Amino acid sequence: MNFDLSDEQLLLEETVDKFLGTECPMTRVRELFDGDEGYDEAVWRGLGEMGVLGLHLPEDVGGAGLELLELSVVAEAIGRHATPGPFLEHALAAMAIDLGGSDAQRERWLPQLATGELRATFAIAEGPAEGAAAGGAEGSWRPEQWQIGDGAVVSGEKRFVPHARGADLFVVGLRGGGFGLVESAASGLATERVEGLDRTRRLDSVRFDETPCDPLPRGAEVANRVLDAGLVLLAADAHGGGMACVDASVEYAKTREQFGVKIGSFQALKHQLADMAVEIHPTRGLVWYAAHAFDHLPDEAPAAAANAKAHLTDRFVDVARRTVEAHGGIGYTWECDVQFWFKRSLFDWAMLGDPSLHRRRIADLLGW
Amino acid sequence: MDLGYGTEYEAFREQVRAFLGAHWPPPDSNPEGSRPADATPDQIRSFRRAAVDAGYLYRNIPRRYGGSEQEPDILAAQIIREEFGSVRAPTELTGQGPQMLAPTLLERGSEWQKEHFVCKAIEGEHLWCQGYSEPGAGSDLASLRTTGVVQDGEWVINGQKIWTSHWKRAQYMFALVRTEPEASKHAGISYLLLEMDQPGVEVRPLRQITGDSEFAEVFFDDARTPEDWIVGERGQGWAVSRSLLRHERNMIGSANRSAGLFRSLLRLARKARIDGRPAVEDRQVREALAAIHGYVETQRCSSYIQLTRELTGRDSGTLGMFNKIGDTNIGQEVSKLAQRLLGPESALAPRGQPPGRTSGNEKWMNQFMGSLGMAIAGGTTNIQRNIIAERGLGLPRDSAAAKGDES
Repeated sequence: MNFDLSDEQLLLEETVDKFLGTECPMTRVRELFDGDEGYDEAVWRGLGEMGVLGLHLPEDVGGAGLELLELSVVAEAIGRHATPGPFLEHALAAMAIDLGGSDAQRERWLPQLATGELRATFAIAEGPAEGAAAGGAEGSWRPEQWQIGDGAVVSGEKRFVPHARGADLFVVGLRGGGFGLVESAASGLATERVEGLDRTRRLDSVRFDETPCDPLPRGAEVANRVLDAGLVLLAADAHGGGMACVDASVEYAKTREQFGVKIGSFQALKHQLADMAVEIHPTRGLVWYAAHAFDHLPDEAPAAAANAKAHLTDRFVDVARRTVEAHGGIGYTWECDVQFWFKRSLFDWAMLGDPSLHRRRIADLLGW
Repeated sequence: MDLGYGTEYEAFREQVRAFLGAHWPPPDSNPEGSRPADATPDQIRSFRRAAVDAGYLYRNIPRRYGGSEQEPDILAAQIIREEFGSVRAPTELTGQGPQMLAPTLLERGSEWQKEHFVCKAIEGEHLWCQGYSEPGAGSDLASLRTTGVVQDGEWVINGQKIWTSHWKRAQYMFALVRTEPEASKHAGISYLLLEMDQPGVEVRPLRQITGDSEFAEVFFDDARTPEDWIVGERGQGWAVSRSLLRHERNMIGSANRSAGLFRSLLRLARKARIDGRPAVEDRQVREALAAIHGYVETQRCSSYIQLTRELTGRDSGTLGMFNKIGDTNIGQEVSKLAQRLLGPESALAPRGQPPGRTSGNEKWMNQFMGSLGMAIAGGTTNIQRNIIAERGLGLPRDSAAAKGDES
């Protein structure tokens, strides 16, 4: 019985934590948030050099051969530091190629994705902006809902594609529930930036018009598994972000004075902060369990991933809202760092399907 | 990460199973009956004795006081709980005597007290109740006012206790009593043992919100107890009441109880109907169930971390502080969904005697009300929030409570 991070995993956590804190401190996060591209090439290259981007990829393609748990440790650190950039979609794209691709596809792409020399993104959701009319208001995140793509070419639109602008490679969800690869130089491909609330993870719409596409031979077999990994990584990000929210609120309560005393001595605020801690502190194990199940308990993995995503992202939104409140007026300003986590919580909540969708999946998966 | 117990412990598990195979259900019992309720008290007693001899129960209690005196081993204890639980074999007795008094005496009691009380408490021969809370001393327990003075080699006790459970059958009480009126608040309290059946003790049942009377008020009017029935020194009672052996703490017991509660909610959702269909097929009900499942799983996984850290000695930090509120919240969410599932029937009064034997919907409304008790008993949720904020998050201490502690 050992349900805890190993010494190596703790070292990984510490290393990534220190790197992000030094190379992308909150002042830099703010510049990127207000800037145009929404991420820092130097930080991205640094993560690649540390081997973080290929943690979950096999050693024969330049990865570290580790598991989703290690990747979750990184996602949690990114969530804690609110680090802007294309981590999630790059990890999922590489995983899709690793699990579903041919030897040629794996050799062609994975070594450079593992180092971050090439950057990939993950394009699955479709449907008109009205949403409700097509796939429902919850969007078309699930493989059975994907419509575009027909053999060697794709036509149509993918929405909510993170950091599509400037990506080298697109892993695209296709009709039939599989994946295909589209290169950025392919004909008929056009990206359009969308104004997302979370400016640490930019969103684009991507249009394909008779665009050449290279399907992954086992894409449909692995799609659910890749999505499960995404759910766990979003949950890990939410845990990191939620913890940062509690820390920031506690720190503020220890500093800010009113009526001649620190506001943290007021019981009303203490209870609010305690409730926030109750919501988010104990959830770390839920992320670990889902990550562990992904690699070791295949029967439990899908429900565990859905549960982690549904529970953690709901908790994160809730805690982030209360964090704004706990900061008073300053929390409502653009200048306050709290908005980064608040907006990241909205991204984590919506991306790959909202908690309601996954709760119904849990009920199905557990045979209720 | 490894959620297995390893080969050595799986071998131990086989031993436990072999023991249970031979002893439970009792070989001389009705083969159809496997529940403790179906065995006679004598059969249960002799099963417990065999389990103690085998080293499975009362592991942290020395043999000379009736325990099995085993080296602390959290995983072994966990396996025993799992295996005994899976065949519904009797485990250690619950209640104030075995769970509160025995460990306290082992740590702080005199040799005479240990010899006289520990064995009989864990075997259920003596039933104990607790005399801590008073009408004016709840969350602020240390402000208690029941007094004890020594006269002619006896303590003479006057005052009142409240929220005393197990009052119906308890022969003995362990109580916190103010014996040093001149000392500061916490330093004036002693931990005394006394007999309930005496002229100076009057017990008045307290009717609670469910209509049952699990608790009582206890009035002392010159109640008496021998001078050496004090545990620890005079004025040390506060510390004595807080000394509980932590050996083999059950890290995942409360998480398992929450999981069990959730399973019965799921059964209710399959039974209840919405628009002529089982309620569990309703989209909103499914989402609500899964939302509670998220909390139940959170508690389970958090308990795994805490169990691991007990094993490895790594600090589990603040994690343990969240268990009580977490479980309390689950109890309340389960109750609220159960109320929805019952619909108008939830307005009907729970009936059934004895209370534990209520069935069907009545049980759920008892749970609905009982879940409120969870937020109060053993330290209210609001006090728990103070503890989390002050000890966990490091926020400034509450000025009123801090002042009270100094006086």
